[in-house]
Amino acid sequence: MTHAASTATDSGHAVELRILSHPTYLAGARELVSGITRRLGFDDKGSGKIALAVDEALANIINHGYKRASDRHIWIRLWAEAGPGVPGVRIVVDDEAPHVDVAKICGRDLEDVKPGGLGVHIIKQVMDSAEYSTRDPVGMRLTMVKHLNESNESGTDE
Amino acid sequence: MDEPTDITITTEQRGEACVLFPVGDIDLSRSPVLRASMKTALDDKPQRLVIELSGVSYMDSSGVATLVEAMQLSRKAGVGLVLCSLTERVQSIFEIARLEQVFTITEDLDGALAT
Repeated sequence: MTHAASTATDSGHAVELRILSHPTYLAGARELVSGITRRLGFDDKGSGKIALAVDEALANIINHGYKRASDRHIWIRLWAEAGPGVPGVRIVVDDEAPHVDVAKICGRDLEDVKPGGLGVHIIKQVMDSAEYSTRDPVGMRLTMVKHLNESNESGTDE
Repeated sequence: MDEPTDITITTEQRGEACVLFPVGDIDLSRSPVLRASMKTALDDKPQRLVIELSGVSYMDSSGVATLVEAMQLSRKAGVGLVLCSLTERVQSIFEIARLEQVFTITEDLDGALAT
């Protein structure tokens, strides 16, 4: 039984992508995210960093949530953040992995140089906000927001 | 799980140094290929292992983890590890991970061979 992500939150998202939890689909997901965020006004560097954050989120799900099982589903949805606030993009990544304590999801100490454990740190560094939550009855959700600003907006000088 | 291998890695001997030239994105699906090439290169115990990264336009944390592992293996083997010719995006992830001071990184291959 699957618990489709689209039933869990509001509608109106610009794009929804469902991929299998296989590393071979990461490149396609990155290209989609960077292409859309460029259309939303981010420059190449900014859209590349957002795609990196999504890549890290997907890799964490594949490695830790699904224990490298390649036949599970991951949903990626993107919204243009408009309205009265600062424009940007909101990205939600859902899975059907077992619940984990969100308080325990954190990057490792960067002073302790060792392979692995950088994904959450990168996500939080790159995005303006990144929040984990649990889905009912199963699965985890990562909600990320990145706003346009002078350093990442297409057509502006850094 | 089958892993795609759409990354090419050329190995060249330059004096006492072994130089790897990976070409392609290095992410979760491709980092095992880089890891295998580095381990093979280290097995020959060169004086120096250089990884020339001008052909890598994208790297995620799995690629960085592979390079950290290579650094640790190199130290154990007494082999000097040098990274060179990082693209802007690859440089960026090293800065985010605060690893740019941990590795020996040079601007180009000549600089790496001269270290």
